[in-house]
Amino acid sequence: MYAQLVKSEASAEDPIRLAEFQARIDRGEKIEPKDWMPAGYRKTLIRQIGQHAHSEIVGQLPEGNWITRAPTLERKANLLAKVQDEAGHGLYLYCAAETLGVSRDELFEMLHNGKMKYSSIFNYPTLTWADMGAVGWLVDGAAIMNQVPLQRTSYGPYARAMVRICKEESFHQRQGYHLLLHMMKGSEAQQRMCQDALNRMWFPALMMFGPSDKDSVHSAQSMAWKIKMNTNDELRQKFVDETVRQAEFLGLQIPDDALRWNESTGHYDFSEPDWDEFHDVISGNGPCNHERLEARKSAWNDGAWVREARMAHAMKNSERRLAAAE
Amino acid sequence: MATSGITRSATVSETAVFEFLLRQGDNALVLGHRLSEWCGVGPALEEDIALANTALDLIGQAKMWLESAVGEIDDSRSANDLAYLRDAWDFRNLLLVEVPNGDFGQTLLREFFFDAFQLPWLNALSQSSNQRIADIAAKAFKEASYHLERSAETVIALGDGTEQSHQRMSRALDYLWPYTGEMFVDDAIDTHIESVGIAPLPSSMRQAWNQTVDSVLSQAQLARPQSTFAHSGGRTGFRHTEHLGHLLAQMQVLQRSYPGATW
Repeated sequence: MYAQLVKSEASAEDPIRLAEFQARIDRGEKIEPKDWMPAGYRKTLIRQIGQHAHSEIVGQLPEGNWITRAPTLERKANLLAKVQDEAGHGLYLYCAAETLGVSRDELFEMLHNGKMKYSSIFNYPTLTWADMGAVGWLVDGAAIMNQVPLQRTSYGPYARAMVRICKEESFHQRQGYHLLLHMMKGSEAQQRMCQDALNRMWFPALMMFGPSDKDSVHSAQSMAWKIKMNTNDELRQKFVDETVRQAEFLGLQIPDDALRWNESTGHYDFSEPDWDEFHDVISGNGPCNHERLEARKSAWNDGAWVREARMAHAMKNSERRLAAAE
Repeated sequence: MATSGITRSATVSETAVFEFLLRQGDNALVLGHRLSEWCGVGPALEEDIALANTALDLIGQAKMWLESAVGEIDDSRSANDLAYLRDAWDFRNLLLVEVPNGDFGQTLLREFFFDAFQLPWLNALSQSSNQRIADIAAKAFKEASYHLERSAETVIALGDGTEQSHQRMSRALDYLWPYTGEMFVDDAIDTHIESVGIAPLPSSMRQAWNQTVDSVLSQAQLARPQSTFAHSGGRTGFRHTEHLGHLLAQMQVLQRSYPGATW
């Protein structure tokens, strides 16, 4: 789940219009950019789509960390293609957010000054090549759990972006899983890398779904607006149920002693992640928060001259065209 | 480990095709690797995507060239072995592609110099007497057309843009210019390859390259340097820059650290 703890805003607006708006959503109609919408709906969506977009572009960094060390030409090409897809997802999502009246530059500004967040998962380091498998399998896997239902979200541009993104994410997830499958058939050192990756990433992946429902303060309004389709705990349970079997097939041990199948519920019981750690990470104290944000800020600042030059060149070109036409 | 270069006992004609294919493959591999270093930190999201896309094309081309090279040697090495288990002295890429990226402008100017060579070169190779080489070149030519369009357009915009961007591009031009001449130096391998109809002499690309470069530099308001001095040693493997060793140390780390493992 790329959007966590998105604060939803109630709207103090004309109750009749609000009721009509809610009725459209209840009928399953899509809300389009030019339609009337409550200010709170707009604000909440900007936060959610913006956070999702930021997660895509910050998410390039932990994988980019291994592109120059990818061990074969095929793996290098696959990883490059995956990271390129993520930049593409960022682009669709910033465009979807722009339809709500916020520019990409404004969203970047809010990312850089800490007013907007990105998913907590990208504040964890990628330490071995197996992490490239684990990120695809677990992180993209968790993202899919959240994003498949979002294909039915009420805001048209967001729903349509999700359709394309989901297709690519499920490809990434399979690719990650196959990378691990291959390594698990390899040497002891390779198997150790895989288990180590799962040990480090399991709980951070569970945190991707956001806090437990009992502590999740923003859900009700977002669910009524169909901006959020399932509760955090529902999605987390679904993720655990699917992932445990995949881990067994890989021959990996989920790092949770309390994990066991519960006949009566038909689900796995599992330990909650350490929510103190989660709050540390989202408040800036994760292992890589500093590196990730600095990397984005310096990319933006170092690239300013390029963006300015392109603008200046475009202006000069149009002046030249005008002069030539006179 | 085994070496891939010309051994003392081998004649030029025995190793020329292998060497020729390494030159094509190593250029694509090393430049693709350099571009991949930009992952996630480009000046705009569109540039990130375009850089990754170009890198991806080049890595794909490297794979095709190196797979062909493997067909020319009678040992059990794979394309991946060639990429990941050779030392710097066995690499046959131009020095131009191995020097560091510098800023975005320098990266794109280097890309432009390379693309301006590749387009006529691949076009000529698509007529090669060697069908496999002709097929790879035809596929790579389509990609190179797009690469050249983009790198030329970027060089023009940045040269023409602001005072700062103009200065940066002038500095990049001064730095990169002495690395361009190596593209056109013919040696015994080139002469042999030309004699059997596989490829024209690299020196015969000079005119087309000059035309493209002069036109783009002039639109970019950049003065073509007068110097004809050219660094060399990459295509022959005689003397690479210090930079290649670092690039390979990073690129090859897993294959070197876990010998025999497959990934």
